[in-house]
Amino acid sequence: METRRKASVHPYIPNMIPEVQRQMLDEIGVERIEDLYDIIPDAIKMDRLMDMPPALSEFELKREIDKLLQKNKSANETINFLGAGCWQHFIPAVCDEINQRSEFVTAYAGEPYEDKGRFQSLFEYQSLVAELVDMDVVNVPTFDWAQAASTSLRMASRITGRTEVLLPATIDRDKLMIIANYITPQLSYQLVDFNDPSGELDLEDLKSKVNANTAAVYFENPTFLGTIESQGQQIADIAHAAGALCVVGVDPSSLGVLKPPSQYGADIICGDLQPLGMHMNYGGGQAGFIATRDEEKFVMEYPSRLFGIAPTIVEGEYGFGDVAYDRTSFAHRETGKESVGTQTALWGITAGVYLALLGPYGMQELGQTIMQKSQYAAELLAAIDGVEIRLQSTFFKEFVVDFNGTGKTVREIHRQLLADGIQGGKDLSEDFPELGQCALYCVTEVHAKEELETLAAAIQRACVVKEEVESV
Amino acid sequence: MKRIVRDHKVRNFHQAKWDEPIIFELHKPGERGVEVPQAEAEIESTVGDGISRIPDGMKRTTPPALPEIGQAKVLRHYLRLSQETMGSDFNVEIGQGTCTMKYIPRVNEMMIRTPKIMDLHPLQDVSNAQGILEVFYKLDLAMREISGLDKFSFQPSSGTQALLAMASIVRAYHDSRGEGEQRNEIITTIFSHPSQAATAVVKGYKIITLYPDADGFPDIEELKKVISSRTAGFVVANPEDTGIYNPRIKEFTDLVHEAGGICYYDQANANGLLGVTRAKEAGFDMCFFNLHKTFAAPHMCGGPATGALGVVDTLIPFLPGPIVEYDGTSYDLKEVGDLSIGKVRSFHGVAQTVLRSYAWVRSLGAEGLRQVAHTAVLNNNYLYHKILEIRGASAPYVKGNRLEQVRYSWEQMTQETGVTTEDVTRRMCDFGLHYWTSHHPYVVPQPFTLEPTESYSKEDLDEYINALQQISDEAYSNPEIVKNAPTRSTVHRIEDSSFDDPEKWCITWRSYLKKTTPSE
Repeated sequence: METRRKASVHPYIPNMIPEVQRQMLDEIGVERIEDLYDIIPDAIKMDRLMDMPPALSEFELKREIDKLLQKNKSANETINFLGAGCWQHFIPAVCDEINQRSEFVTAYAGEPYEDKGRFQSLFEYQSLVAELVDMDVVNVPTFDWAQAASTSLRMASRITGRTEVLLPATIDRDKLMIIANYITPQLSYQLVDFNDPSGELDLEDLKSKVNANTAAVYFENPTFLGTIESQGQQIADIAHAAGALCVVGVDPSSLGVLKPPSQYGADIICGDLQPLGMHMNYGGGQAGFIATRDEEKFVMEYPSRLFGIAPTIVEGEYGFGDVAYDRTSFAHRETGKESVGTQTALWGITAGVYLALLGPYGMQELGQTIMQKSQYAAELLAAIDGVEIRLQSTFFKEFVVDFNGTGKTVREIHRQLLADGIQGGKDLSEDFPELGQCALYCVTEVHAKEELETLAAAIQRACVVKEEVESV
Repeated sequence: MKRIVRDHKVRNFHQAKWDEPIIFELHKPGERGVEVPQAEAEIESTVGDGISRIPDGMKRTTPPALPEIGQAKVLRHYLRLSQETMGSDFNVEIGQGTCTMKYIPRVNEMMIRTPKIMDLHPLQDVSNAQGILEVFYKLDLAMREISGLDKFSFQPSSGTQALLAMASIVRAYHDSRGEGEQRNEIITTIFSHPSQAATAVVKGYKIITLYPDADGFPDIEELKKVISSRTAGFVVANPEDTGIYNPRIKEFTDLVHEAGGICYYDQANANGLLGVTRAKEAGFDMCFFNLHKTFAAPHMCGGPATGALGVVDTLIPFLPGPIVEYDGTSYDLKEVGDLSIGKVRSFHGVAQTVLRSYAWVRSLGAEGLRQVAHTAVLNNNYLYHKILEIRGASAPYVKGNRLEQVRYSWEQMTQETGVTTEDVTRRMCDFGLHYWTSHHPYVVPQPFTLEPTESYSKEDLDEYINALQQISDEAYSNPEIVKNAPTRSTVHRIEDSSFDDPEKWCITWRSYLKKTTPSE
C-alpha cells in the first residue's frame, strides 16, 4: 500500500515552515519565493512538476532500498577470484571505523585550522606511502591508478619536453583507454611487446621503439597479467640512456616483499591505494597515488595538492598547509598543471590508517601470504587436465589460467562456476585475443585453502559437464 | 540554583586541540596494529615460503620504515585527528560557497554500509549485481527528468573529471565530423570553476575567457566577437559563482550552435534550479551534476565523488562506457561503440555515491526537489540581505536578487581597517564556522562566497551572520584580534613561508627529518 506524504515540513528542509518563510520574505521585501526567480525567462522555466516517483519517508526508503540491494550478491556470498585492478583483501575494522567518522565523511575544503586533522591525516598518508615506495614526495590521491599513470606520463612529458610514451603490451585495456583519452591530443603512445610465455617485457622491442621523442617508458610491477617484471633496472637504464624518464606502476600490497621501483631506477611511481584498506565498493574504492623524489623539477609538475608540515607561531606546535599551491589550476586556471579538484582524499586517509596498522612486518606477511596462497592455487589448477598457467615468471596475487587445452571457452567454464557459487577471474579472451581462452585469476590473503580446493574441483567438473553436454 | 544567562551573540567555542604527534612518533618496536591472515600449514608445506621464488634483485631487502603501533593507539590517534576536523555535520557550513554543503542524511550513510555494496566486485557477473545496476539506471532516469537530457553516465568521479569527459566528447564529436583540427577553441567565463578551463587545456584547446559586464552578466557582445569557425565548445555555469543567473543564456547557446560549437553546462551546483529550469531548455548539449553537491552525497574530505554526466541523444555514442541499460526484465552493462571517448575512470564510477543520491532523490520526490531549490534560494536572499547590512561588506554587480549563492567583498573593510578576507577566514574558526574566499584570480576584491542551501534554519543563518557582524566590529575597533586569529582552533597561525621554497618544503615526514636535522 502506498503511504501518502502529509503536507508538512520535510525533515531535511527546516525553513519550509510557512511562518518562517513569510518572515524571511518580509525581511527581503519580496512577496513570494517565485519572485526570486523573476530573472529566469518564462520560456525556459518548467511549467509543470517533474515526473518522479513519489517521495518516501525514511522508513519507506530504507525498506525499499534494502529490498533492492538483496538483488546483489557480494563477494562474501560467492568465492571470488576477480582482481584486474580491484582486489578483495582483508580490511581491518579500524579502517572502516575511521573512514566512517562523521568528521571525515562530511569535511571538504576547510582551512588548515578547523581542518587540521584532515591535513595531518593526509600528510601522514603521504609519509607512510613514501616509506612503502621509498620516495620523498607523495601526492594527495587522485581518482585511480589509471589517472595516476596518465598524470605521471604528462608530468614526464612536461619535464622532458617530449611527447611520446611507451606502454607495456600487458597493460589493462581499460587503463589503456583512460590513458589514451587523457594524453590525447598532445601525447602519443606505442605498446612494447612482452615475451610469451615468460611475461617479461621484450627488451629488444623496447630498444627498437625508444627514441629521441620518448618522454617516458612506463611499465608495471607486477604486470596486469600478474607476473613480476625482473628486468626493472635494465628497463630504467634503457629509458635513461635515451633521455626518457622511467615511470613504474605498482600494486602497493606487493611492496612488503617486492623491491620498490625507486630502488631499480624509477623516476615516478604510481599505483592504486585500493588494496590498502578500501572495500571494493563495485569499483568505488579506487584511489591513485603518485610518488617522486623531492626535486623541484618533479614537485612543480604535480597537478595534485601536496600537503606539507610547518611550524606555527607557537613553539612546539605542528601546522600543515599546501605546498607550492601556485602549480595548481585552483591558483592559475588554464595555466596551472592539468587540473585539480575533488578526488579521493578519504581513501588516502584510510590507506594511512591501514599502513599504520600493518606496520613493516604486517606488510611483509601480507605479501608472503598472498604469494603462498596464489602459488598454491596455481599449482592446483595446473594439475587439471588441459588447464595450464600461461606465463612462466613468478607472479604476485594474479596469474593467467590457460583453458585452451580444455576445448572450452572461459565463458562456458565461468558459467558453470557461477552455478557453483564461484566467481571466476577476468576473462581475457577479448582484451588479449592472442592468448586465446585465458582468464586472470586473483588469489589474496582472504582465500582459505578449502576455497582454493573448491575452485579446482569446480573447474575440473566444469570441463566434464561440457563434454557430457557435447556428447548428447 | 541561579539562572544561567546565555545572551552571547556568537558561540563561545573552542575546537578540540589534541596536540597529536606525527604517527611515526608513536612507533614502538614490537607493537602491532593487526594480524594479517597467514597461509595454512599445508599450503606452506606445499609451496614453501612463497617469497623465495621472487627473482634475484626484485626482493625487498629492508622492510619499509613504517611505524609499529598497537591497535588502540592507532585508533586513538585518528579519532583525535577526526576531532580536529570540522565536518559539515558539525557546523553551519554555509561558508563554502559553490560547493553546496548540505545535510547528509544518515539513513543514506547507513544503507551504503552493507556488504551488498561494499563488497561487490565491479566486474562480477551482472546477474549478481542487479540491485546496484537498477540504482544506476533509475538515477539516470531521474537525472534525465531533472535536466531534460537523454542519457547519464556516472563514471566521472568528480566535477573536474566530468568536465574532462565533456571536453573529450567535444573533441571526439568534432573529430568524427572532420572538424577536429579546425575547431580548437573553447569559450568559458571568469566566474566559472577553474577546472572548466584547465580540463579543456588538457584536451588541447585554446581557452577564451569572457569577463562580466558592469552588472556581472557574461557579456554577449564579447561572445559575438570571439565566436567563429574555430569554436569547438562553450562551457559555463549558470548561475555563476556570483549567484547571478544569466537570463540570456539561450541566446548564448544559440549563437554557439550557429557557429557549430557544442554547449556544455557546469551544473556541479544546481541547487537553486531543481524543478525550476533545465539544461535542455537553455540549449545545452551536455551537463553534469555533482552528486556530492546538489544531490546530498558527502564530500569525504575531497572524494571519492561523482560528476554525473548527461548528454543529448546525438552525443550518447560519445559517452564513456559501459553504460547501464534495461531491457524490461534485467539490467546490463553495454559498451558504447567506436565513437566513444573510451573511459575516463576505471570501472563504473563511485557506486556508493550513486546509491546515496538515488536515495536522496527518492526521499524528496518532485515536489521535495522543488522545495529544495526554493528554500535554498530563499535562504540565500535572506543571507544576502543581512550581509549587506554589515559594515564593510558588499556584493559587487547587479543589485537584484541572486539565486543560490553570492560572492561578496570586504574591499571596503580592508581599505578602512587593513583586515583582509584571509584574516576573516582564520577568525571564523574561532566561532566554529568555516568560511571560504574564492578561487583565483580574485576578480572580486577581498572576496568571500556563501551558499546557505536548504539545510539550514533561519537561526543557523543568523548565527553565521552574527559571527561576520562580530568580526566586522572587531576589525573596526580592534583589528589585531582578527589578524592574530585563530586563538580557539586546533593550532595557531601557521608560518607558511617554507611551502614555496624547495629547500625547505617538507611533503613527507622522512623529508622533514632530513631537512630539519641540526647540522653538526
